[in-house]
Amino acid sequence: MIFDNEEAGVKQKSSFANMPPRIKWAIAALCAAVLIGLFYLPRLWRGARDLGKPATSDEQARREIVQPPIVTPTDVKVQTKLFWISASNPSVLESEDVSLALSADPVQRARQLLNALILSPPTPQQRTLPADTALLDFYLLPDGTAIADFADTLSTGTPSGIMSEQLAVDSITKTLAASVPQIRRLKILLQGQEAESLAGHVDLTGFLTVRTAAPASPMSAPPPPAPVPSGAGPGAKPGT
Amino acid sequence: MRLRGLNEFWYSRCVHRRIPSEIFLLTCAALCVAVFCVADASGAPQQVKPPTPPGQRLDQITPPDAVQPAKTSLSVVVLDPAHGGSDAGARGASGINESEIVMDFTRAIRAALESKGLRVVQTRTGNEGPSFDDRSAVANAQRGAVFISIHVASTGTFGQVRAYSQIPQEMAGDLLNGQSFGALSFPVRNGLLPWDRAQEPYLAASRKFAELTQSGFAQKFKGSPDAPISAAIRQLRTVGEPAIAIEVSSVSITDREPLLRMAPGIADSIAQAVVSFKPIYEAAAH
Repeated sequence: MIFDNEEAGVKQKSSFANMPPRIKWAIAALCAAVLIGLFYLPRLWRGARDLGKPATSDEQARREIVQPPIVTPTDVKVQTKLFWISASNPSVLESEDVSLALSADPVQRARQLLNALILSPPTPQQRTLPADTALLDFYLLPDGTAIADFADTLSTGTPSGIMSEQLAVDSITKTLAASVPQIRRLKILLQGQEAESLAGHVDLTGFLTVRTAAPASPMSAPPPPAPVPSGAGPGAKPGT
Repeated sequence: MRLRGLNEFWYSRCVHRRIPSEIFLLTCAALCVAVFCVADASGAPQQVKPPTPPGQRLDQITPPDAVQPAKTSLSVVVLDPAHGGSDAGARGASGINESEIVMDFTRAIRAALESKGLRVVQTRTGNEGPSFDDRSAVANAQRGAVFISIHVASTGTFGQVRAYSQIPQEMAGDLLNGQSFGALSFPVRNGLLPWDRAQEPYLAASRKFAELTQSGFAQKFKGSPDAPISAAIRQLRTVGEPAIAIEVSSVSITDREPLLRMAPGIADSIAQAVVSFKPIYEAAAH
């Protein structure tokens, strides 16, 4: 038996050695292809897994091209509050402490906050504003009246309903109230136009009250943002 | 020249017909007085009002003589099936449209209200798409009425029903927190109301009506909140009578049958709430 096996091995060896060089090269190329395939398999697997996810990443990528992150020279990392739908009760909002680089300029600060509200909800279920919407412009008048001009995707992408629309509007006003003390009231425009309602229910014709108290300081001298190590950052959430 | 010619013409007519000119002039004067009186009684010449300072309340704007002392009874319910026409409202993934479902709810609510002896007026009966103001115009043309706007949400836990009453937009901010709605009493409309703020005198009455409606929903539909919610709803703002909106969750289910099975319960709750609200309405209307 042993002899037979050895004889077979010799035969196999001789058969491989006797192979034409073309076949040998083909086998080597195939082996190399298998090795390369094994090397790329994990990456391929991750790509296939990402295909199953919603197209939010595409929307975010598009927005990042259209609307680059707002960076100003006065940006300081602060702990601030953003308001999203509560994870435990979908009919109320809850605040979440988030560390953000915010400008000292109230207009830029408001833009940074609203962009963060659109871009980074903790979970998709807690989202209040549509992922594909964008803040087109933001103005602040000396009397504390702010005007936020959103893309019309704010209207078309918000789930239709009194509750969902009111939560969307409240998340905007509460987030601004927590971190931009200069804003007293807010007017929401859609694509530069006044709209009767957000998505058929909640009234957008008037001004939304952001805070009832007078601004903490004049617009020209905004309060310095509280640095991150100060814990809860009370300076970043006055009057909530 | 022309006046003199006219005088001569009438004088010649009077002489020709042997009518004394004094009698002719007296007749003309009497006719003028009669025309003035008729015009005054029909309200054609409007009283000139001083400009209204911003922020003045409606009851201060409405002239005191325009408020009738007589009581008004609640006899009409205006049902507003939301959306319609090109606006389908909330749309479920399985193709359920809010504008269709609310018509089914409206039919059931109408039958329940009519069985209680109430007259029902609808803001739309087919697939029309009236504007917010068109719907308010239908409601504001009624006397002794309440207004109910019917919605189905695109989100929320299936089987829950919520009643909403209006708060002015500048007060909006806390959906579930109690708000101050002022006195329950409201003036009977007999004068001009600012269209954009027509709901303001009725905030407290609307809240009371919403509370009665929501208590019925809480009993019939598990998971529905015990108290109504206040929100700045565009449709309710221009309605000059006690007004609420109801919202059923939701069109996100795959089959419309479970939603339609909720219709009798919703209709009964609303009919019962209207009957309970009737004496409150009549006491509040002055």
